Amino acid sequence: MIDPQGKGSIIRLFHVHKNYGAVKALSDVTVDISKNDFLFITGPSGAGKTSLLKLLYYGEPVSEGQVLIDGMNLSRISHKRIPMLRRKFGIVFQDYKLIPTKTVFDNIAIVLETIGKKRRFIEKKIRSVLRTVGMENSIHSLPPTLSGGEQQRIAVARAIVGDPKIILADEPTGNLDEDSATVILDLLKKFHTRGATVIIATHDKELIRKTGGRVIYLKQGRILPIIPPQNVRQ
Amino acid sequence: MIIYFKRAIKDILEHRFLSAVTVVTISISILIASAFTLFFINANAIVNSWKKGIRIMVYLKPDIPDIKVTAIQRNIREMKGVKDVRFISKKEALKRLKDQLGRQSSLLDNLKENPLPDAFEIQLMETFQNQDKIEKLAARLGSLKPVDEVEYGQVWLGRFTNILNLFRLTGFAMGSLFLVATVLIVANTIRLVFYSRQKDVEIMRLVGATDGFIKAPFYIEGLIQGALGGIIGLGALFVLFMFISSNMGRELTSSLFTIRFLSWETFLGIWGCSMFVGWIGCFVSLKQFLKP
Ligand SMILES: Nc1ncnc2c1ncn2[C@@H]1O[C@H](COP(=O)(O)OP(=O)(O)O)[C@@H](O)[C@H]1O
Ligand SMILES: [Mg+2]
Repeated sequence: MIDPQGKGSIIRLFHVHKNYGAVKALSDVTVDISKNDFLFITGPSGAGKTSLLKLLYYGEPVSEGQVLIDGMNLSRISHKRIPMLRRKFGIVFQDYKLIPTKTVFDNIAIVLETIGKKRRFIEKKIRSVLRTVGMENSIHSLPPTLSGGEQQRIAVARAIVGDPKIILADEPTGNLDEDSATVILDLLKKFHTRGATVIIATHDKELIRKTGGRVIYLKQGRILPIIPPQNVRQ
Repeated sequence: MIIYFKRAIKDILEHRFLSAVTVVTISISILIASAFTLFFINANAIVNSWKKGIRIMVYLKPDIPDIKVTAIQRNIREMKGVKDVRFISKKEALKRLKDQLGRQSSLLDNLKENPLPDAFEIQLMETFQNQDKIEKLAARLGSLKPVDEVEYGQVWLGRFTNILNLFRLTGFAMGSLFLVATVLIVANTIRLVFYSRQKDVEIMRLVGATDGFIKAPFYIEGLIQGALGGIIGLGALFVLFMFISSNMGRELTSSLFTIRFLSWETFLGIWGCSMFVGWIGCFVSLKQFLKP
């Protein structure tokens, strides 16, 4: 499963441990994720799925072990380079992390403004991604006026607007009804076919079964070596 | 750039009360600092204009031959601290006196003989305009043989300059103290605004914003507050200045000296300082945030 050369892999975790004080969230996790993978991280609540994602974009530092992202070694990353690292990712957070006092447009625009895109481009691009997620009518709304599912779609729009190499989604369908969940999943798949690496953390086995793809099982912070085959549709 | 401005203005409006307090504090500091500056610029100008009047008069004994007079003049010109020497013959002196007396000059018409002595008027170099040096020079002049009497006045100006310097020092100290206090107040405002924005800042960082991108609006906010405070402080000074100078009485101000408002350069300089204070305040408060 692990390619020792690491060729073609965009993410490598090597004997990673993550502790929050006395809580061991992840123990001895070694994973290799290749470019253009479509990967599920699953396991019961509290298994360490969110923690694992956080390590990738340096939302949290590792306690032990090595994390390599697209050629960057996160144990040696300087404060200055963290934004560079994060621009490789488009992240759909479990709690969306939308700024409540900024409009949908302004929330999404930050991603493009910070990399110095022109106003004209930003407007066009945002309209286009909002159309993709079916939220073009909410462009000037404030996030708190939207439903959970709608906010989630805005979060997806923000994640894909910068055309990132890697998309991380933490329980992206947690607040959605069946149909909306399918829409979001289709979007992520579309991004995958365009060349992005997609990593989805979810406890929803049904979702994985319907979608298919590589699966990593976490339990109490450890990767289970056996992938129950009945859960993967080929 | 425009985005940063928009964000800064939004922040200011959202924290109206805090921003207003900061701007008022800056204006008061600027008002005090610029009032001191205004005072010194004018006091300096006045003292300098008076200093131009510092001179030594050397009166000669009667009937010194012309050749000797030129020799003495040359001699005096060589002395240290002397800028210029002018010979004033007794004839010229009498004419000056008549001019000064104006209508009453007829009193002098009855004189049989010119009672005034020949004299030298000595202008001093600027560096020589203090009591010690003037007294030494006067003693030297007095020891010359043909010299009858040496006269000099306004030596007290030298002492006045010292007092003025002491005032200047106090002004400097007070001004700096106020500016430091202002920097801290601006820093505090920015800190509070920053705290209220911390969640947003965290989100921005998660989606790849650099520290520069996050900080820029805060700097602009500091600059705007500095600019506003500065212009209000300087405006208040101008109003006060107009009020005081129009109440001082025209005859007093125009005959003895003219007081002036700050020159454009000084005005802009102080305004620039005020913006700098806003900027520095921001720098101080943001330095401790955004650390890894
Ligand atoms: N910031 C934190 N501080 C302390 N403990 C945490 C923190 N984040 C997560 N944990 C703990 O780490 C474990 C894994 O959590 P998490 O990664 O959120 O799991 P999952 O996303 O799979 O539900 C849990 O026991 C959780 O309580
Ligand atoms: Mg989670």
